[in-house]
Amino acid sequence: MKQAFANNVYDCIILELKITDTKQKTGRIMNHKYDVIVIGAGVVGAAVARSLSRYKLRVAVVEKEADVSFGTSKANSGIIHAGFHDEPGSLKAKLAVAANREFDRLCEELEFPFERRGELMLAFTEEDVRILQFYFAWGKKNNVPYMELIGRERTLEMEPNINPDVMGALYAPTAGIICPYEYCFALMGNALENGVELFLNEKVIWLGKKENGEFEIDTENGLKLNSTYVVNAAGLYADDIAGYLGITDFKILPRKGEEYLLDRRVGNLVRSVIFPVPTKTSKGMLVIPTVDGPVMVGPTALDIEAKDDYATTRDGLKNVFMHAQKMVPSIRSSDIITSFVGIRPVATGNDFIVGATKVKGFINAAGIQSPGLTASPAIAEMVSSVLLKEGLRMEVKPEFNPHKRMSFTRVRHLLEERNFGKFREIIAGNKNYSKLVCRCENVTEAEIIGAIHRGHTTLDGIKFATRAGTGRCQGGFCTSRVMEIIHRETGMPIEQISKKGKGSEIFPIPLRKGVSRG
Amino acid sequence: MDKTVEALVIGSGPAGMAAALALKENGINEILIVEREDAPGGILLQCIHNGFGLHRFNEELTGPEYAERYINLVKDKKIEILSGTCALDIVDDGDSKKAILLSEEKGLLEVSAKVVILAMGCRERNRGNIAIPGTRPAGIMTAGLAQKMVNKSGYIPGREIVILGSGDIGLIMARRLTLEGARVKAVVEIQSYPGGLNRNIVQCLNDFHIPLYLSHTITKISGDRRISSVEIAPLGESREPQNEKSFTLACDTLLLSVGLIPENELSLKAGVILDKVTGGPVVDSNLMTSVPGIFACGNVLQVHDLVDWVSEESAYCGKAAASYVRNGLLKGREIPVKPGNMVRYTLPAKVIAGTEAVISLRPMAPAQNMSIIAKAGEKILYKKKEKKIFPSIMLRFPVKDMPEDAGCIEVFFSAEDKK
Repeated sequence: MKQAFANNVYDCIILELKITDTKQKTGRIMNHKYDVIVIGAGVVGAAVARSLSRYKLRVAVVEKEADVSFGTSKANSGIIHAGFHDEPGSLKAKLAVAANREFDRLCEELEFPFERRGELMLAFTEEDVRILQFYFAWGKKNNVPYMELIGRERTLEMEPNINPDVMGALYAPTAGIICPYEYCFALMGNALENGVELFLNEKVIWLGKKENGEFEIDTENGLKLNSTYVVNAAGLYADDIAGYLGITDFKILPRKGEEYLLDRRVGNLVRSVIFPVPTKTSKGMLVIPTVDGPVMVGPTALDIEAKDDYATTRDGLKNVFMHAQKMVPSIRSSDIITSFVGIRPVATGNDFIVGATKVKGFINAAGIQSPGLTASPAIAEMVSSVLLKEGLRMEVKPEFNPHKRMSFTRVRHLLEERNFGKFREIIAGNKNYSKLVCRCENVTEAEIIGAIHRGHTTLDGIKFATRAGTGRCQGGFCTSRVMEIIHRETGMPIEQISKKGKGSEIFPIPLRKGVSRG
Repeated sequence: MDKTVEALVIGSGPAGMAAALALKENGINEILIVEREDAPGGILLQCIHNGFGLHRFNEELTGPEYAERYINLVKDKKIEILSGTCALDIVDDGDSKKAILLSEEKGLLEVSAKVVILAMGCRERNRGNIAIPGTRPAGIMTAGLAQKMVNKSGYIPGREIVILGSGDIGLIMARRLTLEGARVKAVVEIQSYPGGLNRNIVQCLNDFHIPLYLSHTITKISGDRRISSVEIAPLGESREPQNEKSFTLACDTLLLSVGLIPENELSLKAGVILDKVTGGPVVDSNLMTSVPGIFACGNVLQVHDLVDWVSEESAYCGKAAASYVRNGLLKGREIPVKPGNMVRYTLPAKVIAGTEAVISLRPMAPAQNMSIIAKAGEKILYKKKEKKIFPSIMLRFPVKDMPEDAGCIEVFFSAEDKK
């Protein structure tokens, strides 16, 4: 009996994941040599790491944040685009269309939520209708399958909640939705299971090339790493990383996007991803169904100066809702449960930059803005082939296992299906499934412990991995409970438990130590 | 079915316990209270300040003391409390209700009950709900979460505090954190009057020289990892922030005390209809919801300002639920209750003709020298002069002897007989 659901129970599997937080091992300076070091653990870094884990290579990923996907990737809209938005011949178009096809297999291997729901680009004026035809032609050139230009009736039949003034739409059924951070976690998790090493909380402050041709990396915490190859997947900071080696032929321009998540109660207003006709700088502001249920609206697109301007604005909010309401009139800003900002790394030239550079062994995967999430598997494959061309010996590792090994049951799904029989079964196997921690999203202690054992030790990390704290109370009730569990499972003192890494501790001051009066 | 009872009470805060006791006193013996926390008492357990029980016990008690009195009564009456248990779902099951419970100890349970009393309390409105622009650093939390961590676990969130909203929990936390050595730099309230009780303004802010900014709001939150400052702006005539008059306060913590929302997710699953103003179930004068056999009381029904009234309302609810178990549905003509001049809401939504009822209400805005009047047709059912009224103070009064043919009961404030 126990065997039957062993796959669902974390505690049954002991795996040594090589996640290193060097801060916890104070005074220890590592000096490791790798075949490939990937800088950045966003979706690109994670996809590259997983792709390289198929070969007999020593691979490390270095990430400045406390968890995978904590930069641009976590704020992604979660759309797997069909590929008609991008100019024919561009790397964006080529990689996005190729990668779109990969997601069924990836989803099966890595068990992240993914649903092909289709995209609809709506037209409200005659001019818009001409624009649809233009993108239809682009889509054809990009080899996007099954696209259709549909009329008003059919559009409203597919999406009854959209504005009845709609004149027609460009429909691309191959588009899908995924949870962006779960996808990143799944990629990196599988990479780790296949031997990749991950260094979190390690900001690269120096990258050089030694006389023997090896790269040398220094981090802020004094970690030293060496490698023969470096993949630059540093997102917003890819130009800074390249700059250490004197590569200055591109700049990363930050482009900010604000998104707003609505209460689950609003319900399934739309089934497919709803687009307006695009603007010069973005695909426009969308109404996005998420795999977790709630509807999301956004993002804005604003070129900004600072790469760390993560502030939402009053104007952004007004703008998003004005555009979203034009497409789906029943959307209300009073239903917002949370908002966030993502910053797109836009490279000069506007296209992806994937390839070798003038410094042998240094490979760029930079400027990965939309449709970067979609293109990520193809970007990773392209990086692998560039590495091969650059002379890396890539011997397939027979023990590579593409399937996610550690998985846990999402109680939320069982409850939605009212599958109480299965629920009783998993509780019998692990009592922690009967301890409900997050009651808005129905997340149990077993799921939280699972996430902690998988290396997520910040509140945001656990939130993204399990959904605890993402619901309508936004952690009002479960924060203290999750902190207790982190404390119990890792031994980390309560005052050190943070939202998203050092400097973001939630309750940094224990009363027994007293507080000095200011 | 794992268990069958006459009455199932969801929640063991002051509402659930008072309702359960009233059920017992009115002849119901098979009662089960479920509590999601480890122990009964509800939010009272984190409210270590005093001021509870002045009406109910004629004494000034702390939250845990008030809870203890009820816990002891419940224990004396041998009413079963199942702690560490969440109610996941309530469905109709013939003449009864079936509840799906998730118990840490016993796993998934199905419990059948003739009546269910909803007493789940409320939750705090959070940053997302009010959409404050800015970054999303650590150090922003609801006042209640800070209260729980300070009072139950012994950790404080920071040293330089700004509080948005002047709800009672925010005011209490202003004093609490000051006493622990933190500096509370401002309490910012969007309305032109405080959200909390006057006694808390005096005892928690004025006594500690904490400035209260009325008609102000926070227009921006800054900080990368941890909050570093907030931008505060006064509101103009149109109630829009006047950015040219804004100022910045450095802080490492922002507490939110911007309102409470009855927690009715379970009620919705059970098919209960909610009131748009209170956020709680629409009830009749017996505090029965739109689903026969499901009752509601305490903060899940309407957010109260005093626990004493929660206990009173819940005892009333327990008594009515007991009568439902014994006698079935109370039949009679339903007379709607309507809020009139200056009344934000009234509760219940309808009174069953020939019965007595307690009407609760909140005023729309502060005012002086008003009379609260309840009228059925031409007949005045209740009238009382109120020297001062505040939205933060709920008014409650009984009504009886309604005319048989009354079309509705209107409840309103009147300033006409000022002299």
